[in-house]
Amino acid sequence: MPEIRVTPLGAGQDVGRSCILVSIGGKNVMLDCGMHMGFNDDRRFPDFSYITRNGRLTDFLDCVIISHFHLDHCGALPYFSEMVGYDGPIYMTHPTQAICPILLEDYRKIAVDKKGEANFFTSQMIKDCMKKVVAVRLHQTVQVDEELQIKAYYAGHVLGAAMFQIKVGSESVVYTGDYNMTPDRHLGAAWIDKCRPNLLITESTYATTIRDSKRCRERDFLKKVHETVERGGKVLIPVFALGRAQELCILLETFWERMNLKAPIYFSTGLTEKANHYYKLFITWTNQKIRKTFVQRNMFEFKHIKAFDRAFADNPGPMVVFATPGMLHAGQSLQIFRKWAGNEKNMVIMPGYCVQGTVGHKILSGQRKLEMEGRQVLEIRMQVEYMSFSAHADAKGIMQLVGQAEPESVLLVHGEAKKMEFLKQKIEQEFRVNCYMPANGETVTLPTSPSIPVGISLGLLKREMAQGLLPDAKKPRLLHGTLIMKDSNFRLVSSEQALKELGLAEHQLRFTCRVHLHDSRKEQETAMRVYSHLKSLLKDHCVQHLPDGSVTVESILIQAAAHSEDPGTKVLLVSWTYQDEELGSYLTSLLKKGLPPAPSGGS
Amino acid sequence: MAAHLKKRVYEEFTKVVQQQEEVTTKKLRLTKPSKSAALHIDLCKATSPADALQYLLQFARKPVEAESVEGVVRILLEHYYKENDPSVRLKIASLLGLLSKTAGFSPDCIMDDAINILQNEKSHQVLAQLLDTLLAIGTKLSENQAIQMRIVDVACKHLTDTSHGVRNKCLQLLGNLGSLEKSVTKDAEGVAVRDVQKIIGDYFSDQDPRVRTAAIKAMLQLHERGLKLHQTIYNQACKLLSDDYEQVRSAAVQLIWVVSQLYPESIVPIPSSNEEIRLVDDAFGKICHMVSDGSWVVRVQAAKLLGSMEQVSSHFLEQTLDKKLMSDLRRKRTAHERAKELYSSGEFSSGRKWGDDAPKEEVDTGAVNLIQSGACGAFVHGLEDEMYEVRIAAVEALCMLAQSSSSFAEKCLDFLVDMFNDEIEEVRLQSIHTMRKISNNITLREDQLDTILGVLEDSSRDIREALHELLCCANVSTKEGIHLALVELLKNLAKYPTDRDSIWKCLKFLGSRHPTLVLPLVPELLSTHPFFDTAEPDMDDPAYIAVLVLIFNAAKSCPTMPALFSDHTFRHYAYLRDSLSHLVPALRLSGRKLASSAVSPNIMPQEDPSHQFLQQSLERVYSLQHLDPQGTQELLEFTIRDLQRLGELQSELAGVADFSAAYLRCQLLLIKALQEKLWNVAAPLYLKQSDLASAAAKQIMEETYKMEFMYSGVENKQVVIIHHMRLQAKALQLIVTARTTRGIQKFHQDMSRVDLLFGMCEKFLQEVDFFQRCFIADLPHLQDSFVDKLLDLMPRLITSKPAEVVKILQTMLRQSTFLHLPLPEQIHKASATIIEPAGESDNPLRFTSGLVVALDVDATLEHVQDPQSTVKVQVLYPDGQAQMIHPKPADFRNPGPGRHRLITQVYLSHTAWTEPCQVEVRLLLAYNSNSRIPKSPWMEGGEISTQAETGIEGTIPFSKSVKVYIMPKPTRR
Repeated sequence: MPEIRVTPLGAGQDVGRSCILVSIGGKNVMLDCGMHMGFNDDRRFPDFSYITRNGRLTDFLDCVIISHFHLDHCGALPYFSEMVGYDGPIYMTHPTQAICPILLEDYRKIAVDKKGEANFFTSQMIKDCMKKVVAVRLHQTVQVDEELQIKAYYAGHVLGAAMFQIKVGSESVVYTGDYNMTPDRHLGAAWIDKCRPNLLITESTYATTIRDSKRCRERDFLKKVHETVERGGKVLIPVFALGRAQELCILLETFWERMNLKAPIYFSTGLTEKANHYYKLFITWTNQKIRKTFVQRNMFEFKHIKAFDRAFADNPGPMVVFATPGMLHAGQSLQIFRKWAGNEKNMVIMPGYCVQGTVGHKILSGQRKLEMEGRQVLEIRMQVEYMSFSAHADAKGIMQLVGQAEPESVLLVHGEAKKMEFLKQKIEQEFRVNCYMPANGETVTLPTSPSIPVGISLGLLKREMAQGLLPDAKKPRLLHGTLIMKDSNFRLVSSEQALKELGLAEHQLRFTCRVHLHDSRKEQETAMRVYSHLKSLLKDHCVQHLPDGSVTVESILIQAAAHSEDPGTKVLLVSWTYQDEELGSYLTSLLKKGLPPAPSGGS
Repeated sequence: MAAHLKKRVYEEFTKVVQQQEEVTTKKLRLTKPSKSAALHIDLCKATSPADALQYLLQFARKPVEAESVEGVVRILLEHYYKENDPSVRLKIASLLGLLSKTAGFSPDCIMDDAINILQNEKSHQVLAQLLDTLLAIGTKLSENQAIQMRIVDVACKHLTDTSHGVRNKCLQLLGNLGSLEKSVTKDAEGVAVRDVQKIIGDYFSDQDPRVRTAAIKAMLQLHERGLKLHQTIYNQACKLLSDDYEQVRSAAVQLIWVVSQLYPESIVPIPSSNEEIRLVDDAFGKICHMVSDGSWVVRVQAAKLLGSMEQVSSHFLEQTLDKKLMSDLRRKRTAHERAKELYSSGEFSSGRKWGDDAPKEEVDTGAVNLIQSGACGAFVHGLEDEMYEVRIAAVEALCMLAQSSSSFAEKCLDFLVDMFNDEIEEVRLQSIHTMRKISNNITLREDQLDTILGVLEDSSRDIREALHELLCCANVSTKEGIHLALVELLKNLAKYPTDRDSIWKCLKFLGSRHPTLVLPLVPELLSTHPFFDTAEPDMDDPAYIAVLVLIFNAAKSCPTMPALFSDHTFRHYAYLRDSLSHLVPALRLSGRKLASSAVSPNIMPQEDPSHQFLQQSLERVYSLQHLDPQGTQELLEFTIRDLQRLGELQSELAGVADFSAAYLRCQLLLIKALQEKLWNVAAPLYLKQSDLASAAAKQIMEETYKMEFMYSGVENKQVVIIHHMRLQAKALQLIVTARTTRGIQKFHQDMSRVDLLFGMCEKFLQEVDFFQRCFIADLPHLQDSFVDKLLDLMPRLITSKPAEVVKILQTMLRQSTFLHLPLPEQIHKASATIIEPAGESDNPLRFTSGLVVALDVDATLEHVQDPQSTVKVQVLYPDGQAQMIHPKPADFRNPGPGRHRLITQVYLSHTAWTEPCQVEVRLLLAYNSNSRIPKSPWMEGGEISTQAETGIEGTIPFSKSVKVYIMPKPTRR
C-alpha cells in the first residue's frame, strides 16, 4: 500500500527547531533544519541519528529544503551537513541563500565567542555548507531527480520565505514553513494555487488568534512616534536585525516622507546594513507598492534613515533610533535605553514579544525601577509602549490557505499542542479532511491511492468516443481494450493491436447452448416462431431470418433442430462469441422461458 | 545644443494645432467600380496561399462602400469554395464578417452562403470565424426573427464540437441572438422549443474553463438583453464559485450578483441546517467570501459588486466590518472598540500599558466559525489586501453602501479613517473622498477627528485639499473638536502657506456649520480679556484671517456673538467683508455704523423678483420688433446694461444674463451695421468706410463662438439660433467684401478679385446648405427668419451671379426678423481663475537662455465640460510670440461637480534678454465647430477610420491673463 510518512524531529507540537522528515513515493525529504532558542545542550539541534543509525545520511535523504532564513528553520544546517555529514542537495530561495550565512555566522559568533562553546561549527563549515545549496525561484519546478520535483510558492513572512510543494508522481505534499496571509509594508501575502496536495503541513503559531486589522496598529505606532518627536522627545525602538526592523523602517520612512518631518531616524549598524543591502537587491520578493515604484526610487534606499553612531545618543533634540537586540537584554539597545530612561519626554516602543527575565519584559509588565548590574537603580520615567507586529498567519489566515490549496489532509506543526487541538478540530469540522498533529519523533502514516497514468491509443479512444455520448465526469464508462504493461509504463490499446504487437494469433471463444422446446412442428416453423418472437421483443437489435432456416440476432446464431429421440421437442442451438456474452446469455434466458403460444394452427 | 534642447522641449510640450485638410469623400467613390474586379484579378493571380493572404490583407486596409459590398462578397465566396488553405479561408471568413457590418448593406444575402460553407467546413478555427461572421450578420439583422432562429439553430448544432473555440462562439451567438420570448420559438412546423437558458446552462459544467466562462458570459448577455434569468441558475452559479479557473470565478460572481438583484426576496435554504435566508443575503455572503479569493482579479470584481447590493439586510452588512477577534481562544476587542470605549469613559489617552488589549472573556470553541461565516470581516480583508486595486474597489464599495445606510456609515468610519494611512496615495485620496461623500450621515468623534487631522501634514497637496473639502462638510460634536481642527489647520497653514485659500474656505464652512460650538471659543480665539485691552493682531497674518473667517461665519447665525468682539475686530470685519467678500458673510451688527452697513440690511434679495425681471426685460426686447431703428437700438443697449448688472448682482443668474446679453449684443451690432448710411451709397466702398461693418461682422462671429462653447448647458435649440446668427454675420461679411472689392476692382481690373468673390459666394451657399442639413429638424421654428427666406430663394441664388447674390442677401438681411432666443434650464458660463502665478512678484524668474524653466500654474475652472481636451495654457512673450501648451489629462482634478482644478507646469524658454520682462499667461478654451454636428452617415463604415479629426477651429480666452516676470540670461561660455 503506498503511503506518505511524516515524522517531525522538531517543531512537532512545539515552536523552534523545525525539522520534518517526509517519505513520499519512496523518496525521503527533510524540511527545514533549525535550532531551538530555548536550549544550549544537545537538544538545541534535531536528533539526526533518528534518520539513520549507521550509514550515511546522503544515502538516505534525497534532498533538504529550507523554507526561510530564520535560525529556528536553518540554524542546524552547518552542523547537519558538515559535522553529521550530508552531501546531497539543499534547496532554498535566492534571498534565503544570501541572508542565511550572515545569520549563521552571527549565531556562531555569539555561541563561540561570547559563550565560549567548544565543538561548534566553524566559519569554514558555514561556507562549505552553503556550497551545497541549490537556489530556486518562485514557481519554478525543480527536478531533484527523475521522480522527485519541488516547487516554491511565495509565503510573505520574511524576505525570501517560501512554501514548498514536494511531488512524486501524482502524490504531493505542501510544506508552508512560516507564512503570513496579510501583506505588510514590505512584503506581500502568501499565495498558493489550488494544487490539491495529499498533505498540507502548515505552521500553527497563532492557531487560536484572530488578529485585528494591521492598519490600526500601524496608525497607533505612527501616531505615538509622531507625537513624541513633536514634543521634542527621543524614541527608542529595540528590534531584531531582520524582518520586522525593515517593515518598521519602511513604515517610518514613508511617514516621514509624507509628513515632511525633519527629525533624524537612526539605525544601529552591523548586521542590518548588510541585510538592507539584500532587501534592496531582492526587490521582486517585496510587495506591490515597492515593486512598482522601485524604478523611480528603491524604497530600501532610505532617505531619512541613517546609520547610528554611539555619540548620537547624547545629541539634543528629537530622534528615532532602531537598535538591536529586540528584548533590551544586552548590547546597544540597552545602552541607549539607560541613557534615555530618565526623561519623561522620551519613549520606548517594544515591537515584539519579550522573554521573561529580560529588561524588556520587566518594563512591559510595569516595573518603573530597575536594578542594573553594579547595584545601581535605574528609575524609568520614559513612556513604555507595546506594539505587536507579527508576521505569522492567524487562525483565519491558516484556514484561508487550507481553503486555497484544498489538501486531502492537513498536518499541524510549529505551534503549541493546546492551540493546535482547537485548530485541528476546526479544520476537520469545516473542511472535512483529516488533520494530524504529531509530537516530535511521532510518525504519521497516510495511506494514499496514487493514480497511475495509462496511455491510450488515439484510435481506440476515438472509436470508443464514437460509440457513445460525450464523456460525462459523473458516470463511469465501459471501454474494451487490452492493457499492456511493458517496462514501467502502461498502455491501453485495442485488442487487435495488442495481438499484433505481441505476435499472437487471435482465438475465438464461442459459447454454445442448447435449449429444449416443446414444439411438435417442423424445424422451419419453429425457427419462424422464434424469429417472430424475438423480433417483437428485441426492437433495438437487428434480428434476421436467414434462408438456411437459422435466425441471427446481431452476431448470435440460433438454429433449430429436431430432437433425435423426441420429435415433440425441438432443440435450439444458440451460439455466441465471448464479446457478445451479455446479449447471448440474455437470449438464452429468454428462450428458456419458452415461446408464446402460437397465434394460429391447432395444437 | 541649447537650441536643440529647446526645440525638443517644445516638441514635447506643445502640439502644433493644424487645420486638417477636409476629407473629400467623393474621391473615394471614383475607385468604386474597380474594387471587386481588382480583388478578383488579384486573387486569381495569387499562386500560393501566402500570396492570396497578402492580397486579402492589403484589400482589408481600404474601406469598401456599401454599393460594392455585394460584389466583393460574391468574389470572396467564390474564392472560398476553391481555396484549400485554411488560413486563407479564415481570412476570407473574417472579411465576410467585417463586410457585413458595412452600413447600408443588408447582409441577408450572405446568410445562406455562410451557413452552407459552415456545414462543409472541417477546420475548427475557420468554423469559429464563420460563426463570428454569423454573429455579425445576426446582430445587423436583429429585427428579423426567422434569420435569428436559423442562426441559433446552427449554433446549437455546433455546440457539441470538440474545439473550445467553436463552442465559445456558439455560446456567444446564443447569448447575443437567442430569442427572448418563448412563444415566438413555437414555429408552425412544431420545431422543439429552444430554451436558450437551459442550453447555455448545460455548458456551465463543460470540461474547458474557457467554454464555462463563455457560457456564463452568454448568460449575462441574455440578462443584458432583457431576458429574465431563472432563479435555478443561482445554484449552478454558486457551484462555479469554487472553480479552478479565475475567469470562471470572476464571471460567476457577476452572475450571482445579477441573480441576487433579480430575486432579492426569494428564500433559499442554508445547506447543512434547516434555516432559510433571503437570496440577496445569501449572495452577499457568497460574494463576501470571494473577497478573500486567491486571485486578485476575482477579489476586485467581488469587492466592486458588493457596493451595489443595497437590499442586503443591515445585520449582514454590519458583519462585513466585524472580524470577531480572539486571542488564545478568548474574545478580544478591536482597537476601534477600545478607542470608542476610552472615549466614552471620558479618558482620552490610548493605552499606555502593555496588555490593555488583553483578551477578556473565554470564547466557546464550538461557536467559533473560522471560514463559513459568510460576510464576516469581508471589508476588513478587502481593505487590508495586498493589491491596491482591491483596496480601492473595497473603499468604493464601502462608500456606496454607506450612502444608503447611515448606521453602516457610522460603523465604517473607523475603517475609512484607517485607510488614510495607506501606502498608496490613490487609495488615501479615494478614502478621503469617500468620507466626504458620506459625511452627511455621520458625526465625527474627537479621537476620529484627531486621526483625520493628522493627515493635514501630508506633503501631497491633493491629499490636503481633499481633506479640507472633507472638513467643509464634516459634523463635529464638541467644541474641543472645533478647536482641535482649527489648531491643526493653522499648523497646516504655517507649514504649507500655499494652502491659504483652501484653508480659509474650509474654515468658512466649519464656522457656518457649527455656530454654537464656536461661540464658547470666541474669547480664547480672539484672545480678548475681560478687563485688559490686548494688542491688535496683524491684519495681514493669514492665520489671523483664518480665525476671523471661522468666527464671522459662525456669527452669521449666532446673533449673540458680535457682543464678544472687541473694537478692532469690527474694523477688521469691515475690511475683510470688502476684500474677501466670498469668505466673509454680511453680519447684522446692531447699533453700529459701518461701511458695509449700506449693503447689509437687504443683501439677500429674493430670487423670484430678479428672475422675473430678467424674463420681463427679455420679453420686452423680443416683443418690440417693429420699433423704429433708433428706439430698438436704445432699448437693446439698456437691456444689455441691465442684464450685465443683474449678472453681477445675482451670481446664480449670471450665466443666463450673460448669455442673453451676448445674444442681444450680437443683434445690436447687426442692426448698427445695417443702419450705416453708406449702404445707400451706390458707389463702391473704400476699405476705411467699411471698417465698422466688417468689424461688427467679426465681433458677432466671435460672440457666437463664445455663446456656443463657453456656456455649459446649451441645448440644441439655442445652438440653432447661434448658428443662425453666425450665418447672418457671414452674410454681412460677404456683402461688405463684395462692396469693397468692387471698389478696388475699378482701379485694378484684376480678374482674380472676381474669382475671390465668386469663391466666397460659393462658400457661403455651402454654409447655408450645411446649416440646412444639420438643423433640418429645427427649421420649422425659424419662421420668417433670415434663413427661412434664404432657403426659399436658394434655387435662384445658386444660378445667379455673385453681384446679384449680394444684392439679394442685403435686402434679406434687412427684412429678417429678430429671433427669440429660448433660455435653457441651466446655463453656466465657463470661467477660470489663475491662482498661481499670482503675478505680484518683483523678482524675475532667472534662467539660462535656451534652457527651460518650469512655471507652476494652478487654476480653478468652473463649468468647463471636458477640460482635458479643451483647456489650453497660452504664454505670450513680449516679442509677440505666442505659445500654446496642452496640459496633460492627469493635471486636471475634479474636486466637485462643475469644478475642475488645473495644476500643471508650463515650460518657458526664450533667447537671452537684456533685462527682465513680463510674459503673459492665460487660459484658453479650444473649440471645434464641428463637434456639435451629428456625424454624417457616409463617414462611418470601413474597418479603418479614414475620417480625420477635423481640426480645432479656434480658441477663446476665458481667464484674466497673469503677468510673470522672467529673465533669460545669456549663456556663459
